[in-house]
Formats: sequence, structure tokens, C-alpha cells
Amino acid sequence: QTGSIIGKVLDEHDLPLPGATIIVEGSGKATQTDADGNYKINSVVFGNVSVTARFVGYNSMTKKGMVSNQPLKLDFELLPNNKSLEEVVVIGYGSVNRKDLTGSVSTVSSKDFQKGTITTPDQLIQGKVAGVSITSNGGNPGASATIRIRGGASLNASNDPLIVVDGNPLSGDEIKGVSNVLSLINPNDIETFTILKDANATAIYGSRASNGVILITTKKGSNGKPQVNFSTNNSIATIAKKVDILSSDQIREYVHTNGTINQIELLGNHNTDWQDIIFREAFTTDNNLSISGSIKTIPYRISTGYINQNGVLLTDNMQRGVAGLNLSPKLFDQHLKIDLNVKGSLSKSHFGDHGAMGAAISFDPTQPVLSIGNGFGDYFEWLSGNVPNPNTPRNPLGLLEQRENIGKTQRSFGNLQLDYSLHFLPELHVNFNFGYDVAKGKGYTKISEHAASNYSTRGFYQDYGNKLDNYFVEGYLNYTKDIKEINSNINAVVGYGYYDNKSTFYNYKSFNALGGILSTPNFDFDVPQNRLLSYYGRLIYTLSNKYIVSGTLRADGSSKFSEDSRWGYFPSAAFTWRINQEGFLQGQSSISDLKLRLSYGETGNKDGIANYSYIPNYYLTTGESQYQIGDTFYQTYTPISYDAELKWETTQTYNAGIDYGFLDNRITGSIDAYIKKTKDLLAVVEIPVGTNFNNQILTNVGNMENKGIEVNLNFEAIKKNNLTWNVGVNGAYNDNKVTNLSLVGDNTVPQSARNATGGTGNSIQYHSVGYSPFAFYVYKQVYDTNGKPLEGLYEDLNGDGIINTNDMYLYKSPVPKCILGFNTSLTVNKLTFTTVLRANIGNYIYDNIGSNLGTKRNIISPSGNINNAGTDVYNTNFTVNQYNSDYYVKNASFLKMDNLGVSYAFGSLIKGINSNLSVAANCQNVFVISKYKGVDPENFTGIDYTLYPRPRTFTLGVNFQF
Amino acid sequence: CNKDLLNLKPTNDITADEVYKDLDGYKRAFVKIYASFALTGGGGAGSGDLGGIDAGQSDFLRLYWNIQQLTSDETLCAWNDPGIPDMNFGMPASDNVMIKGLYARSIYQITLANEFLRESTEAKLNSRNIPAADREKIAQFRTEARFLRAYQYWILIDLFGNPIFVTEDNVISKNAPKQIFRADLFAYIESELLEIQNELADPKTNEYGRADKAVAWTLLAKLYLNAEVYLGKGKGKYTEAVTYAKKVIDAGYQLAPIYKNLFLIDNNVTSKSEIIFTINYDGEKSQNFGGTTFIINSLINADMNPGSYGVPSGGWGGNRAVSLLPTLFNTADKRAMFYGDKADNEEYSLFTDGLAITKFKNMSSTGTAGASHDGTFSSLDFPLMRLADVYLMYAEAILRGGTGVPQGDALIYFNKVRERAYGNTSGNLTTVSLDDILDERSRELYFEGYRRTDLIRFEKFTGSNYLWPWKGGLKEGKAIESFRTLLPIPSSEIIANPNITPNPGY
Repeated sequence: QTGSIIGKVLDEHDLPLPGATIIVEGSGKATQTDADGNYKINSVVFGNVSVTARFVGYNSMTKKGMVSNQPLKLDFELLPNNKSLEEVVVIGYGSVNRKDLTGSVSTVSSKDFQKGTITTPDQLIQGKVAGVSITSNGGNPGASATIRIRGGASLNASNDPLIVVDGNPLSGDEIKGVSNVLSLINPNDIETFTILKDANATAIYGSRASNGVILITTKKGSNGKPQVNFSTNNSIATIAKKVDILSSDQIREYVHTNGTINQIELLGNHNTDWQDIIFREAFTTDNNLSISGSIKTIPYRISTGYINQNGVLLTDNMQRGVAGLNLSPKLFDQHLKIDLNVKGSLSKSHFGDHGAMGAAISFDPTQPVLSIGNGFGDYFEWLSGNVPNPNTPRNPLGLLEQRENIGKTQRSFGNLQLDYSLHFLPELHVNFNFGYDVAKGKGYTKISEHAASNYSTRGFYQDYGNKLDNYFVEGYLNYTKDIKEINSNINAVVGYGYYDNKSTFYNYKSFNALGGILSTPNFDFDVPQNRLLSYYGRLIYTLSNKYIVSGTLRADGSSKFSEDSRWGYFPSAAFTWRINQEGFLQGQSSISDLKLRLSYGETGNKDGIANYSYIPNYYLTTGESQYQIGDTFYQTYTPISYDAELKWETTQTYNAGIDYGFLDNRITGSIDAYIKKTKDLLAVVEIPVGTNFNNQILTNVGNMENKGIEVNLNFEAIKKNNLTWNVGVNGAYNDNKVTNLSLVGDNTVPQSARNATGGTGNSIQYHSVGYSPFAFYVYKQVYDTNGKPLEGLYEDLNGDGIINTNDMYLYKSPVPKCILGFNTSLTVNKLTFTTVLRANIGNYIYDNIGSNLGTKRNIISPSGNINNAGTDVYNTNFTVNQYNSDYYVKNASFLKMDNLGVSYAFGSLIKGINSNLSVAANCQNVFVISKYKGVDPENFTGIDYTLYPRPRTFTLGVNFQF
Repeated sequence: CNKDLLNLKPTNDITADEVYKDLDGYKRAFVKIYASFALTGGGGAGSGDLGGIDAGQSDFLRLYWNIQQLTSDETLCAWNDPGIPDMNFGMPASDNVMIKGLYARSIYQITLANEFLRESTEAKLNSRNIPAADREKIAQFRTEARFLRAYQYWILIDLFGNPIFVTEDNVISKNAPKQIFRADLFAYIESELLEIQNELADPKTNEYGRADKAVAWTLLAKLYLNAEVYLGKGKGKYTEAVTYAKKVIDAGYQLAPIYKNLFLIDNNVTSKSEIIFTINYDGEKSQNFGGTTFIINSLINADMNPGSYGVPSGGWGGNRAVSLLPTLFNTADKRAMFYGDKADNEEYSLFTDGLAITKFKNMSSTGTAGASHDGTFSSLDFPLMRLADVYLMYAEAILRGGTGVPQGDALIYFNKVRERAYGNTSGNLTTVSLDDILDERSRELYFEGYRRTDLIRFEKFTGSNYLWPWKGGLKEGKAIESFRTLLPIPSSEIIANPNITPNPGY
């Protein structure tokens, strides 16, 4: 005889929790709650049962009862848990329960995401994960971000982590017409981020995993009747801080004091704040609608969104429309699981000329914005005779308004995953995954014929565009078996993967504004392509639920290397001890989880380098690079430098970690220590001249080391029905240094890595053995008794009586030693307060605004004009630029409040219909505390010139679901 | 199957066999060796053949010109870019970017020549079925490739003394080449030039821009005139210098009638009789920020009406005269082309402290501007070798003891140069000394990239017997050490190549 179980699952606000899983223990029966949080399970055999309700991010709860003729009613009230041990964590080619994890893995689920105006997925987890640094590359709409997991492992190859969306590994290739490929993924579709950090976790991704892996899982459909979710976020962004430059009166005073009569005559009588002219308060609206439910037995979720974001820089704008579909039916008695994901997006952007920001801080504030009738579109310009003076900045407003740069992109990516558990051997799963990522971007740049910036060519017009065609096929077998007799569990995977990444770049003629041809490309297009073939396997063996041993091996063959060095083999091994399962800790109620993890693994890297660097080839020079012999101009054939022996860069990672949970997992967290050693670095280095067609080539040279410690702690400080308070803290220390950088012998001489703006070839950052990559290489400034720097006077560090380049030294680096994150949420009844703070410690920044503009020769220019400069010029009083003084290297440690928000959940407003309305107000980029006086101490490159200001944003959001 | 899946080829780049499939391909690879004189790279003005140096300053002429001029008593650069102040003072260090750049550029051109020689052997021509009719032309290309290689080895022997040595026998590999020492390199350059001189085209018969016999003879004259510098005191080869200078003089060249036309864009017409060898530029088709674009723009400032120099968007305000240079000129000397009102070089970093030079223009003799893509690039072909220099070398070699010609030729040819400068014989001298030659070389060849070599040959570059403003880093001038007659081997090379011993003193 059978009966049924019914009930309802509510969350901490007593709101229905749709999509929660209900399992009748030991019966194999399970279901999910519908949109109202209700569930019903039929055909349960009479008798005592225990029923468990589970939901991602919540503590699961088990209740007992007896099934009889009357339906058994069991209601659940789940409380959120930062780290549920039973939570299923995706690990690449499968998933495991959190308690069985053997690698260093962090997850962030949607309830913990950053709030407010979020336009790209990476912004969701900023500051949330120990050892993961996410630095936006500016505040422009859809700006890209630089993501580093445990520092960078490479010099010239990619340092970006692999991003996998629902099993679809994205190529990361550029798409024209959009500033960030990730911005084409709707943040609202994302359910969880899983970050794989150590080699045991990442080695299954082999060659692509040296820089860590970010697995993104998108939201899926749920059983039950349709649930509709609509949200709208509307925000105003303002620039938080302007560059501190001289006012018009200060410029007048400076020129009167230091200039000649002729120079004083150049001054205007206006008071123009050029930064006010080019920046604005920018409005953004972001609207999302999703419906999920199931049609018969097919769960579905469809979503759509539209965002229209203005940049704080005039004319900057991004519009994006997105749509997504997920179908996740389970057929044949749940033996065949199908997961279909299709996402599409359209975007249209207008890119303002970011050069206007540099012009705005250097343009003379005593001049007017407009000069009617001057022939340059009425924008005031410095002239030399009747043409624009070539050595002066151009009118900042003119740069913006006389240029049109519109980019449009279309992108779709998706995959179909089939997981079949054999009827006769259900422990064995056959999994196929087919996916694609295709995109098309195009746009044009058009500059007016009257624009002073393009005076000599009479304007400019050029199309641009490219296309991505990425496809992959993966297939694997997964065998999972509990062997009760020996108290063991085996989880084995073997698989194959094929990945084809192809781009097509179109080359277009350029014209002036009148249609005259300026340049003609040699080839209409180029099709860089690379392929990867992979075989992989993993075995996880668990004994007595206490001891877990796992090993992985991946073999990767890449088209980027020659047949002889094509294949890389990447093994890993790990041992995990669940200490809390040991007898001596049983009955010890305060320790709810304690796990020791030890792992070693090797991973590879071949991303970020050109596709054909091992092949000797020639290229045809362009039409601008011809040479005249006789009366004929020749496009010449030029041999390309190459390294026939190019091979994989490999990183060995040692990791030791502890996962802990105390007081019934109210306090959870982990501590990890690691050493990452990269060898055969893919780096561009000096080679003996005459051995190749360049004095530098990309080759495998040198070693690099990252050592670090990561700690994170989550604390449910208060856990009551109407009052919860959660605190999350994470911190990471990473020490990153180059340990060898030469093909022969010892090499202690720094190699130039990045230039400062200004002059020619002013390299400021260098790679050098014993130091972080991109360390500053400078002279040691001498100061007078008042602490003012003395121009051109540096310390004779080697004591040879001469000040020359032998006295330069490596001083600090832009890489922070410590990255800290803090987040907390406090819920009182229906009101929730959240905030996220981040801090970087030990990062230094080069004040390039000061070094390039803060000189007398810049303000009173020999080119016959006046320029502006930062107020730092009052401190230095330099006459000419001293680019390589360590005076300009500044401590940029900072504490930022990223986000401060409050939300109110009204709950169901309409009688009889289960619905929820919530409103939220958020401020992003609330404050920054730093000794650094520039606009923003957070700068990935460490060279502060004209970073697009990250705005302070005020968002009002409404979310309605029914 | 896997192998085929993973063997991918680029779309537009091609293999050596595809390049060298016919005469046209051979020519395009051959012209690249010449193009390396003028261009920084193959993908427009911002592209570079070399690494570790700003592309714009990585061409041959800009690097060579800077080293020859800035270290001398003629030129001061106002920019504070890395390496420039040290160069102004005559004391560049081994990590100086211009030194690294020129060393790499010279050897790059040698490597291109070597590659061409490897790909044009008899065996390769056979395997590619190149028709017999085309082989004569390819043989001519080979000879000129060897000349260009010898020319760059001359640059290296003159400036660096003891560079690495690679020929077509060194294939592309990771094997570091060996160093060659000055005397051995002298012998090599000499033997190469002597061997190819008769295989080159007769003077003035080759295509414009290509080397002929007179070009090789001019280089031999330079090599021999400086032999005492390269080989040591008492090892001069002045008779040989006289011999090869005379061969050039007898080959039918004449001084161009008007001095200033040599540095205008139609110099290939107006001064054809004088110019022996050029580096060719075009402001549309050969865009780059080096070469004559650099020379013209760096010599003028934006407030000097750049449009009248054919570069309306140019004027970089960098290089101007050391105060001694204007004093060399008599007012009747038409070669003096200065601008400005302050000759004193009070501040070396201020462009207007010193007279600007208005000698080079992207303009024709009739006043039309040359092609210029963006109002900055120049179409002025640079006269790398010209007859006036050969006359002065001839005169100098005679005065230094060269024989086989009448001694009186020294004064005759010296005065020919002055006659053109004055427009008549009023400036002629009745006797000529070596010091007269050195001064005359400055008057005739100033800002053309000769000066450092000349000062070293006359033993005035180092030491304190001759000072000029900012020599050694002081306004009034200061002695610099004698080892500085050789540039340092770049530190990047010393690190990368274990076979290299640094030059003495560095």
C-alpha cells in the first residue's frame, strides 16, 4: 500500500522556496517544489519515512513521519547556510558533494552576489573569494576586468582563468564592437560561480588551467507552474573624484610668475573646467524578465533582459539585449538527463574617444570651449599659423563630439549535454556535450573632416569587424560505485575533448571624411585558428567516508606547437582526510566539519600566444611599408621570427588546505597554502642577435613562483527566524616573483615590460629575477631639507661617482601582497542590509599624470601654448620630465567600500496569489581610503594616467515575482 | 587523423618555398634587405622588426644618425627620453636603447642578407625550377646582398669594433654566434668588397636605390681611410683609400650645382650627378617615424611654420646645433642654414638654446611639398653616400700619406667643395691642412651622420684636447675616457650571448 507526502517549503522570510528538492530517504523518490513552494510525492510505501528538503545555499532539513492513508504533511522552513556540506559542487566533468571535495574550490551563489548595477558577470563576485582579484579596467559601460586567481603564473602567455559556462569553455577571444566579451553574458542568468584554484581541481582542464578555472552555472528551469520574475534596476552614476589639476587662476598665476611676455599673452580669460565639460551624470536602466516552470515533464527557463547604460564620459553608451533558454528534461525514468542551454545577445555601443580624458587634464583651463568660426567645428584649438599646432592637446569636447564609433555585436553560445545512466548498469554514465560559441562584431569609426585631430587627412572613416566560430565536442564515461563490502566509493571518469577556436578578422580600407582612400589592406581578412585535442581521466577513491584519494591525468595536443612538442601531459594527485569522521572527534558537537586536503598537480598554458609561432613563414608588408627601387615600390616578403621548439608552459602547484566548520556549521571556512612554480615560461626575451629574425622572440624561458596563503571565514552570527546576520571575511597573501629569465646562465638584468606615457620609450616597469613581474625600475630621488625632490638628482647607488643607468633599482610593484574582502548581510524581518568592502595592501602605483604633465616645460610649452598639470607640480617644481624618479612611485594600498545596499521584501501583495515584491537601494563605489592622491588607487597595470573613472552609482531596483 | 587535425597553417603568411617560387618572389625578399635601411617594420609606421625598442626609433638611419650626431660637437637633443642625455654627453651606457637598437638593426639586416643567400643557392634554384633567364638577376641580387652585409659590418666595426659574426653558414637556431674581433672583421669586410666589386653593376647603371661598383668603392675608401682606427697606429691604408676614392671620382660623378638641393625631395633629379647611394623614403608608401621624417621633424619646432618644410603636422623640437657649429661658417658660405636667435646651449634640454638647422625639407627645389600621409612623414631620399664626401676623403688620404696620385689633388678637390659652397672661388684656400679638412667636413656634411667617426679619426673625440658644450655632461665641456671611441656591446647581447666579451672599459 502506498500513500503520499505533501507540504510546503519556506525560506527564512517565510516566503515560498520554489525549486527545492524533496527526497524520501532510502526510497529513490524525489521531487521539487513548485512556484508556491508546494510539493507532493505520491506512491510512497506505508510506514516510517524520513524526508529531506534541500536547496542550494540553504541548510538541508530532515523530518520524520509516517505515511498512511492520510497524506503525510511535512512543511519545511529552510535557513540559509553559506556552506552546505551536502551542496553539490560542479568540478568539471562531473560534480561532487562539498564534503567530498578534494581540491581547493570556492563557490559563490546568487544570494551572495554583489548588488546594484551589475553589467558584467565578473562584477558579481568582486571581493567575495579569497585569492581571486577582479580589477575592472575602468568605469566605461561594459568595461572588461582583469581576473587573477592566485596571482599570474605567466609573463607573455595568458594569465586569464579559463571560464566555463554550463560546461562550455569560452575561448576568451576578442569580439569587435564590444569592450568585454563577458559583458555579453547576462549576470541575471547566473546561479553560481565555482572557482577552481589548486591543481587538483583544475588539472582535469589540463592545458587551459594554469590560471585557475571559473565555472559558471546558469539558472535552470524548475518543476511546477510557471514562475515569473521581473526586475528593474535604474541608476545614476557620477564620477566620484576628479583629477586634481590646476585651476584657471592657478595657471594664470603660474604663467605670470614663470613665463615670458609672449607666453603670458597666450593666456585666455576663461575659466573652463574641462573635466566638467566631458563628464556627466549618467543614467542606466537594466530590466530583466524570466519565466521558469515546466511543460509536462520538461523544466524550462526563459529569460530576457535589456540594458541601456550611459557612460560618465559624454557620448559613451552601451545597449544590450539578451535572451536565454534552458531546457532540462529527464527522460526514461530519469536515466537520460538532457540539458540544453542557448544564450543570445545583441549589443550596440557608442565608444567615446577616451583620449579626451587625457586632453581634459592637460588642456589650458583659461581657454574657452568654443571658438566660433575657426574652421575646426567651432571648437577652440591651439593653432600654429592657421593649422592645428601638432604638439598640443586637442579640444576634449571636440574629440568626443567630432567622432562617432559605433560597434554592434551579435553573439550566441550554448550547448547540449546528454547524460545517460545505463539501464543495466546505472552506476555508469555516458555523457556527451556539444557546444558552440559564435559571434559577429562590426562597427565603424568616423571622424569629422573639420576635426583638428585629423586635420592633415581631412577626417577619417574605417569599418572594423570580426567573427568567432568556436565549437567543441566532449564525451566522457563516469562510473560511480559504492562498494559497501569494503566501505569504499569509486568515482571514475575517462573522456575525450575536441576544441576548435577560429576567428575571422576583416581588414577594411580607411578613408578620409571626403571618401578619399587613406590605406588599403593587403588581405581582406585573416583567419587565425587553433585546435586542441584532449584525453582525460580522473579517479576518486573514498574509504570509510574518511580518506579520499584522487588522481587526474590530462593529455592535450595543441596546434600551436610542432608535432614534436605538441602533446603535454598534466597529472595531479590529492589526498583528503575528513578528520571529523574519526572516532576521536565523534560526539564532539562543536566541530561539525574538519578536513585536511593535500594536493599536487601540473597544468599547462598555451593561451595568449600567437597561433603559428613555431612555423617559419614570411609575410607581405603592407601598402604603407613599401620600398622604392627604381621607379617601383615593392611590398616585400619579410621572414618572421619563430621558435620551432616552442612547447607548453607548465605550472606545478602544491596545495595544503583545511576546511572547517564549527557550531553546527555556523562558522565555516577554509585555509589554504600553496606554491605555484611555472617553468618553461612562454616569454618574449632577448636572444643572441643574428640567431633569428628579431632580437627578441617568444620562447620557453625562465621560471616564476607564486607562494601564498588564503583564508576565508563565514560566520552566521545571528540565526533566528526574524533576525539573521552573516559575516564573510576573506584574505589572501601572495608573493609572486620571477626566478629565472634567461636561456643561458644567470640573468639579473631587468627586461623592459611596460612603458609610461610621455616621451619615447620611457619604460618604467620591468621583469627581473627575484622581483614581481612589472616591478618599477627607477632612480632613487634625492630630496632637499624641506622634503622637496631635487630635479635630476639621484642617489649614486653603486657608488662609482657617476649617476647613470647603473644606479637604477627595482622598487616596489603594482601587485598587491594582500587582498582582503569583507561582506556582511543583516536581515531584520523583511529588511536586509548588505555591504562589501575590499582592501589591497602593498600595491604601488606610478603617478604618470605627475611625471608627464607636472613640469614647467609642459605648462609653458616651447611649442607655443599653455598646458595644464596636476597640482603635484607645486611640490616638484621640475622643469623637465623626470620619468624615472622613484618619487612618482606611490603607495596605493586601499580600502574600498564597493557596495552598500538595503532591500525590503514585501512578500505577497496580492491575496490568493503567491508573489513577492522586493525593492532595493544600492550605492556602489561608496568610498575609498588610500594614501594615494590620484583618482583611484586601484589600477591593474600600476601606471596611472587616464583610467576611465569608476563611477559612484546609485541604484534603485524593484524585483517582482509571481 | 589527430596529426592532420592539429597541423594548421596561417591564412596569409606563406612558407619560404611559396615566397621563392619565381623571380618576383626573389625580388620582394631581396628588396626587404634594402627596405631595412628605411623602414621600422612591415605593417605601417607603428610596426617594428625589432623588439625591446620603441618601433618609431628602430630604423637604421635614425639610430645611426643619433649615435653619430648626438655624441659629436655638432648636435644636441632637447628630449629627456631614455638614453638621450647620455648620448648628448658622449657617454652612452651599455643599456642605452639606441645602442641596443642599432646593433640589433645592423645584424637584422645582415640576417636578412644571410637568409637571402641561403635561399638563392644553386641547389635551391634548381629545386624550385627557376628558369635560367632569371638566374642572372638573382645572382646580381646575391652580390648586392653581400654588399649590404659588408656595409652593416662596416657600421659594426666602426662603432662597436667587436660584434658577433654570422654569415649564410649560420642557420636560424638557438646556437649563439661567436664574437669577431676588429682586425679579423676588417679583413672580412675588405675581402668581401674586393671580391664583389667587379660583380656589381657599373656605376650609375643599376636601378635607383641599388648599390653599384661606385658604392662599393666608396665604402672601401671609408674602410681604408679609417684603417688606423680599426687596426692600430701605423697600420693605415691611405694609398688604398686614395685608390678607391679616385675610382669613384673617375666614374663620372660631378658635384651638384646647388648645395641646398641635395636635401630636397627632387635631389634624385637636381643632384643626380653627385649622389652615389640613397636611402629612399616616401611619405605615403614608406611610412615610418625614423629616417628623414625624424631628421626633418626633430630639427624644427611647431612654431617654425612646419608647413614650409613640407610637414604641416610636424615639428618635434628635438635636435639643434651645438654652439660651435655656426661659428665655423663664413657669411658667404651658402651651406650655413640656421634658424633662431640664441646660439648658446645654456640648457641642453631646451630646444631654443642653440640654433635650429633648416637644411632638410620635404619640399622640392621648386617649392612643392612632398607626399606626406599625415603631414608628418617625409618623401626625402637621404644621400647616404655622395661625391663631396669622397672628394674630402680623397684629399685627406693624400694629406695622410696616400700615394699614387698627384699631391696637389688634395687642394684641388678640397677647393672644389668650397667653390660650390661660395658660388665662386672667393672661398678657396691656397694650402690645406688636416685640421682644415676636419672643419670642412663639418661645414659640408653637418647633420648628415658623419661626425663621430670623423672626430675619432682625428683623435678629437675623447680626452680634453678638444672640448665642446656638454661633452662629458658639463656645459663648458669635459674630457671623456679614451675607451669611449668604441660603443659598448649592448648589455642585452652580453646577457643573451655567452660568447661575447664586453668592450674594454665597459
